[in-house]
Amino acid sequence: MADSLVIAGRDFHSRLILGTGKYESYDLMKKALEASGTEMVTVAVRRVPLADRSKESFLDHIDLKKYHLLPNTAGCYSADEAIRTAMLAREVLDTKWVKLEVIGDERTLFPDNEGLLEATRALVKEGFIVLPYFNDDLIVARRLIDAGAAAVMPLAAPIGSGLGIQNFTNLRILREYVQDVPIIVDAGVGTASDAALALEVGVDGVLMNTGVAGAKNPVKMAEAMRLGVRAGRLAYLAGRIERKLYASASSPQTGMIE
Amino acid sequence: MPESVLKVLVNGEQREIEPGTRLRTLVSELELKPDRIAIELNRRILRKADWDSTELAEGDAVEVVSFVGGGAGLV
Repeated sequence: MADSLVIAGRDFHSRLILGTGKYESYDLMKKALEASGTEMVTVAVRRVPLADRSKESFLDHIDLKKYHLLPNTAGCYSADEAIRTAMLAREVLDTKWVKLEVIGDERTLFPDNEGLLEATRALVKEGFIVLPYFNDDLIVARRLIDAGAAAVMPLAAPIGSGLGIQNFTNLRILREYVQDVPIIVDAGVGTASDAALALEVGVDGVLMNTGVAGAKNPVKMAEAMRLGVRAGRLAYLAGRIERKLYASASSPQTGMIE
Repeated sequence: MPESVLKVLVNGEQREIEPGTRLRTLVSELELKPDRIAIELNRRILRKADWDSTELAEGDAVEVVSFVGGGAGLV
């Protein structure tokens, strides 16, 4: 039964990581997290709204005993900004984990791989456990791993697009070459079959937010994602049959009545 | 001598505080939960242990941040 996802020596029983944005209410978020079976959630760092205090209570709605917090640097457009945000996150709750984003373009939200590498090196040096969001590119993955990344998180499609895996070949190549750290697909998952396919390819986990929070029924979708991830993982471990062009009978060919 | 006040920026908004105000005092005046926030003073992070001893000065820029719901990109 011990098929856990291990990142930086820490065991997670679920291979699903969820974002905490875009939910209509905290109550809905809590129920979705619960239904997803996740053990790690990502959170953003923002100014405390001094006039409107209603948002300040966000952390009260996350059971910190149940969910490992993964602060992110979402919205950062330079290595410096991302480093600054990660340092602030560490100070809020004394955590060294960070989902590192350095965005290079506003419309596509594609990562700036150069800034990402720079920030990864700096934060690893500071003792952070860095999980960078990057393009599904083997060479960048290698450089991130050399820089000390604790996992690599390739996008499947643009953030929030729900398009599913756009480049299976790249993911398969990453799976073949990247053995030292987990591969977590981050961004682009739209529905449960996308998650299942990612795990079938052999990636170690999936991180998503909009796919669940934006569904008509986020709690049901969270459960679907839990099952999708599990199904994909089991299928990967089971080892699928080869694809063939022609039929191959599955009933005995002898003993037919005449 | 007229009673003077100090002008500081907190999360981009100007606030008037009494001279000699320490960061810890500002945190409690703003009713912030110390275990849920991080503070930068003039872009340098101030550890919680240093809040008591840090006195604010005219023109200081204070950033108070916490965690909010979010996944990726700009929410």
